[in-house]
Amino acid sequence: MSLLTRRLAFLPWLPAYVAVYFLFLYLPILLIPIFSFNNAATTTFPLAGFTTKWYGTLAGNGAMLEAARNSLVVGVCVALLSTTLGICAARAITRYRFRGQRAAAGLIMAPLFLPEIIVAVSLLMIVLALGLQLSLLTVILGQTVFCVPYAMSVLVSGFEGFDRSLEEASYDLGETALGTFRRVTLPVVAPAIVSSLLVTFTISLDEFILAFFLSGTEPTLPVYIWGQLRFAAKLPGVLALGTIMIAASILMLTLAEILRRRAESRTRIALTPT
Amino acid sequence: MADRAMIEIQSVSKYYGIYKALDAVSLSISEGEFFSLLGPSGCGKTTLLRSIAGFETPTEGEILIDGVPSVDLPPNRRPTNMVFQNYAIFPHLDVSENVAYGLKRLRLSAEEERKRVADALDQVRLSGLGKRKAHELSGGQRQRVALARALVMRPKVLLLDEPLSALDKKLREEMQVELRMLQKAVGITFVLVTHDQYEALALSDRIAVMFGGRIAQIATPKEIYQRPRTKKVADFLGGMNFLTAKVLGERDDAVSVDAARFGAVNLDKPQGFAAANGEVTIGIRPERLRLLWDDDRAPHELAGRIENRAYFGEVTHLMIGVDGLEQPLSMVETNNYGADDLPIGAEIRLAYDPDAFVLLAEDPPVSRV
Repeated sequence: MSLLTRRLAFLPWLPAYVAVYFLFLYLPILLIPIFSFNNAATTTFPLAGFTTKWYGTLAGNGAMLEAARNSLVVGVCVALLSTTLGICAARAITRYRFRGQRAAAGLIMAPLFLPEIIVAVSLLMIVLALGLQLSLLTVILGQTVFCVPYAMSVLVSGFEGFDRSLEEASYDLGETALGTFRRVTLPVVAPAIVSSLLVTFTISLDEFILAFFLSGTEPTLPVYIWGQLRFAAKLPGVLALGTIMIAASILMLTLAEILRRRAESRTRIALTPT
Repeated sequence: MADRAMIEIQSVSKYYGIYKALDAVSLSISEGEFFSLLGPSGCGKTTLLRSIAGFETPTEGEILIDGVPSVDLPPNRRPTNMVFQNYAIFPHLDVSENVAYGLKRLRLSAEEERKRVADALDQVRLSGLGKRKAHELSGGQRQRVALARALVMRPKVLLLDEPLSALDKKLREEMQVELRMLQKAVGITFVLVTHDQYEALALSDRIAVMFGGRIAQIATPKEIYQRPRTKKVADFLGGMNFLTAKVLGERDDAVSVDAARFGAVNLDKPQGFAAANGEVTIGIRPERLRLLWDDDRAPHELAGRIENRAYFGEVTHLMIGVDGLEQPLSMVETNNYGADDLPIGAEIRLAYDPDAFVLLAEDPPVSRV
């Protein structure tokens, strides 16, 4: 090996690559909170000083608050619906063995891999063909279709290994069916369910394409933001809103992952004797 | 052991659709007895145990637990507690909370509850681990938690579903000793389900061997090993050399047969003995055959040659070919005298005791529908 190649080999290529990788991934996102606190209407360096006034303008923005309310309603409904459907699917997939099980699981997961815009267009066609009005309801239905696979994959990892013998052990120790549900079933699978609710709520909150096609005259937050981007003066307000949404998403997904891991380790460890 | 019946199974059958999991099973288990249900997987032993616990409802028949007809009682209203095969430790609770789980419904004083939990943990030698979570326990410790959680309820019957099958060999043997000592200490009736014949032999007061949803034989470990009633029981309990023998004559309590190269052999005559076209199956355990060295003499000898051998550490298993016998004889010899050094093909002599033969009945045909 020549001196040069030996020198090159000693350079920390891998850490450097990783650093660049993360910079590329997160720098643009980091710019959003930075400019949201910048005391200027344009997003250019150098920074003009610290301000929270853009956040102040959000509080007085009726259209934005309306969109936030819409997003909240849609998010909560989608989370509840897709988690409920996900619970049924995950329970069936993890508890029972039946003909066509793999095919069923595959078909439930499929919307994850279909181009979202195609799903959105096809849903729009159906809604129009049925003569339905575009509204928050159609957004909720569309996003639920899209969120069930996420809900199911979170729930399956929590339910996997939840053996009937835990419930049987509880009956055997004198507990009633209701008491068993309260003292065993719910506590053991609760983290997975909460995790699924958080994940699906977050996805709904950030989801744009389906909401854009299906929301009609009631925009959700991402649709509202899209509309605002035409006006340069509105940009700092959008950045402030974006910062809040990023923070909320990170918070909820972190919480969801913590809960999912807890649920997984619980069921798994309880039922695999070493 | 008291002779009062704690569990009476009366003609219990269980059908799944047309599949017969249990076929008119009847048996009685005494108070304070360590009783094992032994059989291969699918023989119905677990279904029977779960019927006693209340997780399965027999299609027909009755189960009396301490005199109480129980088939319609749910598991939470029976004086039985179960140790599950996978232990089913509640993952969201620590060891103490697991053990106290069933006590919560009894509404004991805090002091009384604490004391009973502590006593139960002490009994299974887990004192001081009360605050551990399930994932911080070894397999053996989880098993003890499952035991303590059941015993703390002071059940009349403790049901154990293959409790040692998940443990490695060394730990399993330790737990066998401990389980036996624990049962003697608490004096509760234990019903154990296992497919491991050595476990059943080592632990039980009595064993019921099951095949195809039916009981094949109920007896003490010694009797069931030495005097198996049928071919399948004999085979399941350990090695056995089977021979076909011609009936020479029968008296009230004995049958005399011609056992080929073993000569005429007298056997105890079982109830309902009937020879099919004058032939019966007899058997002798491998360890009842013994190698003769040099000038050793025995009243009953046979010459043969070593066809195969397998070294097992403390013993060597030998296959001995004998002229005039269809199958080679299997025998077990301790390695004290050099049985492990005998070459294949060596000519040997072996000794046998004609009293060691047992007469084996044909097994009834298995029909699960």
